[in-house]
Amino acid sequence: MNRLSSPTPPRLALHGISKRYAGVVANDRIDLQVAAGEIHALLGENGAGKSTLMKIVYGVTHPDEGSIEWQGMPVVIRSPAQARRLGIGMVFQHFSIFETLTVAENIALALNDRLPAAALAARIDEVSQRYGLPVDPQRLTHGMSVGERQRVEIVRCLLQSPRLLIMDEPTSVLTPQAVRTLFDTLRRLAGEGVSILYISHKLDEIRELCDVATILRNGRVSGTAIPREQSNTSLARMMVGTELKECRLEPRQPGPIRLELTNLSLGTEDPFGTGLRQINLRVHAGQIVGIAGVSGNGQKELLAAISGERLCEQRGAVRLCGQDVARLNPAQRRHLGLRFVPEERLGRGAVPGMSLSDNCVLTGATAGLVRHGLVRSGAARAFARATIAEFAVKCDGELAPADSLSGGNLQKFIVGREIRLVPTVMLVAQPTWGVDVGASLLIRQALIDLRDAGAAVLVISEDLDELFAICDCLAVLAGGRLSDAVPRAGLALETVGVWMTGDFQAAGPAAGVAHAAV
Amino acid sequence: MPLFDYIPWPLRLERRQKPSAAMRIWSSPLAALAMLATGLLVFGALGKDPVAAFRVFFIEPVSSVYGIGELLLKATPLMLCALGLALCYRANVWNIGAEGQLTLGAITGGGVGLFYGAALGHWVQPAILAAGVLGGMAWAAIPAFLRSRFRTSEIFVSLMLVYIAQLLLSYLVHGPWRDPAGQNFPQSQPLPDNALLAPLLDGTRVNVGFIIALLLAGLSWWFGTATAAGFRMRVGGLAPAAAAYAGISERRNIWLALMISGGTAGLAGICEVAGPIGMLQPVVSPGYGFAAIIVAFVGRLHPLGVVLASLLMSALYLGGESAQMELQLPASVSGLFQGALLFYLLAAELFIGFRLRRVRRAPAAPPASA
Repeated sequence: MNRLSSPTPPRLALHGISKRYAGVVANDRIDLQVAAGEIHALLGENGAGKSTLMKIVYGVTHPDEGSIEWQGMPVVIRSPAQARRLGIGMVFQHFSIFETLTVAENIALALNDRLPAAALAARIDEVSQRYGLPVDPQRLTHGMSVGERQRVEIVRCLLQSPRLLIMDEPTSVLTPQAVRTLFDTLRRLAGEGVSILYISHKLDEIRELCDVATILRNGRVSGTAIPREQSNTSLARMMVGTELKECRLEPRQPGPIRLELTNLSLGTEDPFGTGLRQINLRVHAGQIVGIAGVSGNGQKELLAAISGERLCEQRGAVRLCGQDVARLNPAQRRHLGLRFVPEERLGRGAVPGMSLSDNCVLTGATAGLVRHGLVRSGAARAFARATIAEFAVKCDGELAPADSLSGGNLQKFIVGREIRLVPTVMLVAQPTWGVDVGASLLIRQALIDLRDAGAAVLVISEDLDELFAICDCLAVLAGGRLSDAVPRAGLALETVGVWMTGDFQAAGPAAGVAHAAV
Repeated sequence: MPLFDYIPWPLRLERRQKPSAAMRIWSSPLAALAMLATGLLVFGALGKDPVAAFRVFFIEPVSSVYGIGELLLKATPLMLCALGLALCYRANVWNIGAEGQLTLGAITGGGVGLFYGAALGHWVQPAILAAGVLGGMAWAAIPAFLRSRFRTSEIFVSLMLVYIAQLLLSYLVHGPWRDPAGQNFPQSQPLPDNALLAPLLDGTRVNVGFIIALLLAGLSWWFGTATAAGFRMRVGGLAPAAAAYAGISERRNIWLALMISGGTAGLAGICEVAGPIGMLQPVVSPGYGFAAIIVAFVGRLHPLGVVLASLLMSALYLGGESAQMELQLPASVSGLFQGALLFYLLAAELFIGFRLRRVRRAPAAPPASA
């Protein structure tokens, strides 16, 4: 092996790492070097091998071939505990949080050293304030939103004063201001000599934040680059191998009102949830309305109120195509043309142990997959096959269990299923959270096509870039209250950022236009 | 940190990438083999010749036509109860009280036979079977109502109702329903002849209940795989949030699951009373309703598995009786086998999702230096 003969060895060096799973080469002779104090981006689509490589570095799995050097010394990393002892911390994309425990207890579990509870809580407060990641140490984690859980994960890692911090898609659920704070944090950490391995598919962020990028494709290194000197297009090309086309949203005259919320107020069933207060919203046919905001501000409650998973007492608070549905259950609302893609894909949008074909039966009663009380399995399989083909879902056929698909592919399948059930009103939560660039583009384009076909689409997302890319109108949900829906054109990102703190009075220049449009 | 980081234990459980299909099939046979081995060890420890004991326990009881009839006869209530319970458990509804529903089915079916048997003529057998099913359903309706209305635990409610049902039966046969000509024995009059289920084969006691149980196994397989109601119950069991998302009514699933399992348990009860017992007595079941829980799980909650597992469990009952008579072993030896079977099954189930891996101790990590 050739090694750089620099006086200070790199913090982490991977040489020829290979890892095979039954029939799949996840990593193929990967070389990677991270210098001290360097912010190093790891770019790649889902399935490119990023996660496997990071699991190897963090000791979760072990390479079949290749060697790892830590600060110039060859090491074999056998377990996450050993990785933590070396000084490697990792913020996972899928959080390993015990729901029955408090924030402090969860963090205590992951620490190598024991700390008295009071001292730990104080340290959590200190770190969370220093890095702008508000968490309450005494709070139970089970009711937390995705965004809040991620904060716990980040704080948990920072508490261990790591020398190398692996961050797997950390910004996907943060407000623009919080992203700024996080970037300041990461830069400060890098300035203190901490190396950061930053996994993301947000090319703008990588170009802004990272010193070096290693791009993976199909388990191999397909290039390294200085992100600052690259364009989004050139980075995406290295990652995907082909050119990506952009989503285009042509202006369109909205049709009649399809979904209408009038003074919707709803308490929360969750002790840490946020109740809804006087929500007013109209979504027209042929229109995409986006709802921005950080999770935990009433998103869960709003979704449940619209989908019918929770019924409201007030008559007329929720109307679908003009009909009062406040007391109809989800199946009855589906008969009126409502389709819904929930935030949790596995366990809510799809049944884990069931085949994709059976998962079409889950919501496909209106499409003739159930007749006379019997499941029509032939029709269900044909429906699943068509969905798989139309939405390019990578899977082992329509009989593959839902939990054998990667997150992005399962999301494509669920979005595809709901779209192929011909929505009049489409409700989508976090359409592309954790989904790779290619699949995100496909999902966003599918939503735009749906709008152009005359459906009313409501998107609830924490990803502002996404909302600005695909929405006709934007509103912000903060503290259980919803701002006016404002046309996206002429709306400043900063205004939305301020609204996300709950201050709707700080109206941007577009506030007047909103009333004209509605 | 995990305990394993501190204890130099050479084996570690590791989650499999995906559940092992082989273990899914083999866990039940493996558990049965391990149970057998344990049983033979226990026989050996008690000073009996294990080979002879094995013959007494498993071979002799079924070495005659009568014996095979007994095997099928005892398998019938187990199969009936376990088929209903398997559907129930798949829907994540935990009916533990099949024994009580069985007892109620015996009371209602037996009551109809005792008091209307003569009047019903040819219709008496369908009538008492239907009454048994309805009795079991009525008893299961109590936990169904309390769970869907007040969110009480159906586990406790159905279990406690077992004892109420048994005391109710005991009260009836000691009191109002006692046979005046029965020399004060706590038992009812015998059921009229036209109410008794005739043996399928001369020289055996197995009756039409066994055929009904096999038909219900087929029906339950069809219900679980082909009907929308069965599909909704499976979704409710596998992923309650997905069921809520799709608008599947939890309440309907609970009611359906408890009505089906209560009905089959009630049928099991009346088949015992109108079959081998022929009257009501304080105890109509040696715990078939509880053993059926084990049968349901050994059968992996699948109708075909339940059919096979109920035959195995029936063999354990017969073997226990035979061992009691010929080897002078206590009656609880059946319970020992049942317990061992469940114990090994739970252990074997673990290996569907996990595997055992040897770990070599890692050389200590070089200390982290900042």
